[in-house]
Amino acid sequence: MADYLPHTTEDLEEMLAFLGMDSLEQLFAHIPAAVRLTQGLDLEPGQTEPDVAEVFARYSRANKAQATNLTCFAGAGAYDHEVPAVVKMLGSRSEFVTAYTPYQPEVAQGVLQAIFEYQTLVSRLSGLPIANASLYDGATALVEALNMASGANGRSKMVISSGVHPHWRQVARTFAHGTGHDIVEVPLVNGVTNWGSVDVSGASAIVASYPNYLGVLEDLSVAKSLAASHDALFVLGADPVAAGVLKTAGQWGADVFVGEGQPFGTPLAFGGPYLGLFACTLDQIRRLPGRIVGETVDSNDRRSFVTTLRAREQDIRREKATSNVCTNQTLMAVTAAIQLGWLGTNGLREVATRCAQGAHFLYEEALKVDGVTAAFSQPFFREFALRLTRNATEVLSRMAGDGVLGGLAVSALTGGDDASLDRGIDNVLLVTVTERRTREQIEHYVDVLRKAVNS
Amino acid sequence: MRSQALPGGRAASAPILGHDTEPTIFEMSVAGRAAFQLRTTGVPATPLDELVPPEHRNREVIALAEVSERDLVGHFTRLSHRQFSVDLGAYPLGSCTMKYNPKFCDAVAADPGLNSVHPGAPAALVQGWLELLVTLEEKLCVITGMSAATLQPAAGAAGELTGLLLMRAYHEANGDERKRVLIPDSAHGTNPASVTLGGYEVTTIPSNERGLVDLEALKAALGPDVAGIMLTNPNTLGLFEEEITEIAAAVHEVGGLLYYDGANLNAILGVVRPGDMGFDIVHMNLHKTFATPHGGGGPGAGPVAVSARLADYLPGPKAARGADGAFEWSTPSMSIGRVHGWHGNAMVLARALAYIDVHGGDGLKRVAQRAVLNANWLRHRLRDTLPAAYDRVCMHECVLSASNLKSEYGVRGLDVAKALLEEGFHSPTVYFPLIVDEALMFEPTETESLQTLESLAEAIERIAQRANDDPQALRRAPQSTPVSRVDEARAARHLISTEDAAGR
Repeated sequence: MADYLPHTTEDLEEMLAFLGMDSLEQLFAHIPAAVRLTQGLDLEPGQTEPDVAEVFARYSRANKAQATNLTCFAGAGAYDHEVPAVVKMLGSRSEFVTAYTPYQPEVAQGVLQAIFEYQTLVSRLSGLPIANASLYDGATALVEALNMASGANGRSKMVISSGVHPHWRQVARTFAHGTGHDIVEVPLVNGVTNWGSVDVSGASAIVASYPNYLGVLEDLSVAKSLAASHDALFVLGADPVAAGVLKTAGQWGADVFVGEGQPFGTPLAFGGPYLGLFACTLDQIRRLPGRIVGETVDSNDRRSFVTTLRAREQDIRREKATSNVCTNQTLMAVTAAIQLGWLGTNGLREVATRCAQGAHFLYEEALKVDGVTAAFSQPFFREFALRLTRNATEVLSRMAGDGVLGGLAVSALTGGDDASLDRGIDNVLLVTVTERRTREQIEHYVDVLRKAVNS
Repeated sequence: MRSQALPGGRAASAPILGHDTEPTIFEMSVAGRAAFQLRTTGVPATPLDELVPPEHRNREVIALAEVSERDLVGHFTRLSHRQFSVDLGAYPLGSCTMKYNPKFCDAVAADPGLNSVHPGAPAALVQGWLELLVTLEEKLCVITGMSAATLQPAAGAAGELTGLLLMRAYHEANGDERKRVLIPDSAHGTNPASVTLGGYEVTTIPSNERGLVDLEALKAALGPDVAGIMLTNPNTLGLFEEEITEIAAAVHEVGGLLYYDGANLNAILGVVRPGDMGFDIVHMNLHKTFATPHGGGGPGAGPVAVSARLADYLPGPKAARGADGAFEWSTPSMSIGRVHGWHGNAMVLARALAYIDVHGGDGLKRVAQRAVLNANWLRHRLRDTLPAAYDRVCMHECVLSASNLKSEYGVRGLDVAKALLEEGFHSPTVYFPLIVDEALMFEPTETESLQTLESLAEAIERIAQRANDDPQALRRAPQSTPVSRVDEARAARHLISTEDAAGR
């Protein structure tokens, strides 16, 4: 009998006696017998922690893709960045980990101030003045941006570049069933959004990605001017690490920035919990989804922080709320603030630069391999697509045998043909390099790729 | 008397070294300081201008904070000292189930064999994760009495919206246009917000004088345009909807579906299952029921389990057992699509499975029994100080009312909640549900001891005495906390949400 319950037999007797009851079952006597379980749950009995640890060790061993086995060259929004001991330790302080949503500011200044600092960082990285306290992930942040757009202009047509991550587009399509949004996906030609191929009139939002999910740095002035001329919101999904060296969403003229914040201190973690980044212009503040922390003073005139503009939120406005988000990803936001504190101005620039240097080094070396060509002739930042003479899924499987997670098969991300590829998708491999990859690992990668493509 | 032992869950002994404000990390920044250290890679340091075209470069420096590692540690450690948490003391915040979060579950999630795995890696390389997810889905179905589940939704509200989209897909596949979803007036705010995003209209059902759904009003609201009803049972008053089978029959009669808001699932583990009550769709808040830490507001996880007739509509891809004994990704035939960028909050899912495995079927039932015992003990113990809004056996939480203190001394529920902070306890949920005057909703949870509960009750009695002695002072509470009551109106009137805000 393993559990975390404090009640002794004497406690139970004393408490039941106080209630005038003689058994715990009596507490449930008012539940109709017809629906009550007569047997217990059909689950195994409880096990002790060390016994359960054995079961989890088995799950763990069966994951061949763990970082100690395979060197990671996969990205697509989930990146293997350095997370130092200091960030892991501060981010796992139990005061941050085991607190609830900061509804009582008198005893929640720690989380509130950390969120305020996080909001400042997201605002600076996006080049937009307002950031919220986090959303679930990049994909659901995009959905909130679409809802913001339709709230702002009353329209429902969402024009989305196919350069936006395929999973994000899939999530947007799912939620459009409820909101009635009309999702129009714009095809790519040679890795670049062909905005002219769709009718943009009446659009609520124009959505682009920077870089796009295939790694390409597109000239966003086209998307911006389309949005401006149709009075639509310009929503930009951007890699937040790129902000260390590339133009920010604000500099491109975006009204809304959404992003995947996993690169800031969160492990790969099989895809979650990650961190939905969200920032926007001042005029959208009343439509902001989720929580926002503001600065104020306490009754003794000391600087304090508190969740504010609460009248937008679901617990107050109910069916008229701007969003249904309640629980978000605060711990990941606090961790991102710590990680960015560790990196500082120069560290973020250094990480971004090294990602670009490593990716371009690998790209040049990979193109020397027979059977490997560039999928596109476009500039990129830290991720790029290769076209192979062989099926990318097969190649990845062979590379894994040599200790390398060689990237992601684009067809696996899209689940089949997709408007982002204007010719055959099955042989396209998406590769990324972070600041953690050494020259030796990259050269090994190229050897393994050569063998996988040609043997 | 045993209950006079010193409580383990009272935090009033926590050291507070001062009341100065902590500077922001930007205010601590000194140009030229740095903490970061990156790997020596040997990769050629080609200038960035040779790699990226000039029109993409940001020529402005984005200023972050520049601090030493020592200052970084000092800053966030001091911030953590300004933060209440479950680990510090009892957190009887109603409807939030702030129970103790076992450290073992965190250790499980820290295993690199789980947390260094890329979510896009081929299925053959992530067999352990797939087995873990399949196992969790199966166990959640046993616990709720349902047939299949999605683990993708990242939180309860995401689960609600997913459930409503399942409801919509089911009706549409049957060629059935429906418009309305019924919600009791005691419901969580996320319910109506989710209904709107699901493309439905809300019809509110009043509660009767016993604090339960008014069955006659419900029947009057039902019709062929009703897509379903969202209920939490026990409801937000902590009361079990005793007419649940009649409610289910009435809703099913008109072709509607029953949605179970799992926020209060902790009360009924191993006692009664949503599936057996007639529910078709169930979301769970794993961060409540299965004790995954709430992280200061998240992450959570909001899996949705459904009855057999809805299984084909679930989001995908989902982990499944393959024919050859291996695990694989599989998308249900009529899937509504993805609701998360990857596979859901995987690390939260792993923690929840570890919690379920440690407890087992027997332990989960003990959890529910003792959560209900603790809530009833507290309700009864405080019957003369803060009477319950509905004074009878409650489930895992009890809604008490401070209306007597308001009428006698002008002291409100909020004042009681704030004064409790000074006593070393977190506040209960205040002014919810909306249908109770001066509501104070206490959910002590099963992990607090009798000594802690007694100490909490005595603290509330002291506060009631203060209301009598010096109500003025009580309205200024708390003073011993890192900050006193904050000016919320000012924060909203002049928004300063970043270091760079105008007028700061």
